[in-house]
Amino acid sequence: MPETLSAPALSPPASSPPAPTLLEVFRAFALISLCGFGGVLAWSRRMLVEERKWMTPEEFNDAYALCQFLPGPNVVNLSVVFGRRIRGVIGAAVALTGLIGPPFVIVSLIGLAYARFGELAPLQRTLVGVAAAAAGLVMGTCAKMALPLLKDRFGVAPLIALATFASVGVLRWPLHWVLAVLVPLSIAVAWTRQTWVRKSWVRR
Amino acid sequence: MGPEIMGPAMKHDGGTLATLAGHFALMSLFAMGGANSAVPEMHRLAVEVEHWMSDRQFTDIFAIAQVTPGPNVIVVTLIGYHVAGLLGALVTTLAMCGPTCVVAFYVGQIWERFKEAPWRAAIQSGLLPISIGLIAASAFVVASVATHNFAAVAVIAATAVVSYTTRLNPLWIFAAAALMGLAGLI
Repeated sequence: MPETLSAPALSPPASSPPAPTLLEVFRAFALISLCGFGGVLAWSRRMLVEERKWMTPEEFNDAYALCQFLPGPNVVNLSVVFGRRIRGVIGAAVALTGLIGPPFVIVSLIGLAYARFGELAPLQRTLVGVAAAAAGLVMGTCAKMALPLLKDRFGVAPLIALATFASVGVLRWPLHWVLAVLVPLSIAVAWTRQTWVRKSWVRR
Repeated sequence: MGPEIMGPAMKHDGGTLATLAGHFALMSLFAMGGANSAVPEMHRLAVEVEHWMSDRQFTDIFAIAQVTPGPNVIVVTLIGYHVAGLLGALVTTLAMCGPTCVVAFYVGQIWERFKEAPWRAAIQSGLLPISIGLIAASAFVVASVATHNFAAVAVIAATAVVSYTTRLNPLWIFAAAALMGLAGLI
């Protein structure tokens, strides 16, 4: 398929720097990956927009919106979307390898150490503390995300969030069955509301 | 040594690798809102369905992944390593990234064309509450294993409040909690 191999250019404005080389892309994503404890998004924005200026803030926001909308790990998607814009298939593969390769090596070494020393009492006690903090951090992130949802005066979105939480978290139903029902339902609700809002706006 | 203390099972047989690949490739396409959204599903498969690890080992692996540099998705590499060694780590990582990368590649090509399309906004606002519900489920699953005493509940609550109200680097929180754990306070 020639259209996937010929890289669609980023169509940069005349003032923007030349397109980065593959090595530069690899290094940038490896740095994003290794600097990003927990929040890789903040680092990818800083690297791609502020330091390297490979994307404008608008381009980044748009690419990130796409990556949130796609299933799977957001930053992994971002590396593929960015890499494709630079150099097509090869660009996407290089950006992805930069992002996943270095932590893969580190994590494999940690896995080896855990297999050998995972049951030692001091390590166990330490991990109990880290796990508690990790659970708390996920709760804090979740609360930040949920706040705008609770301001929704129609009240359907919080109900969908609650139904997702209960079926996946508490009842432990298989993810794909839950999503097969809730995703179409939630999008239909959003669509209905959107068209209703637009119509009432037009009438006014 | 009971079965609890076995470390990686290191099953290199094709069956285990195929099972890993199948589970994580499917999960890849259903992880709405990032890798942390799929934690309940990872726990369900690894602990409840396949019995690859205990509850505690799963929480250990999740905790280690949180303090390791790299994107959150790296937790699947540790799960794969625990189940089938280095090959398992590789297969699991590729399975978790592969399908979604193919989708990202092709959707990335047509995305700009639909910038103003009304269905795009509907899909985005429709997926948001689902992502939030999934992340809440992740917090619940990890917390329900980690809350084995009052001190652990206090650490979870304190971390949640600090991360919600301040912009403190999470590494400081992890360091404090790790030291408290090491000192036997949790």
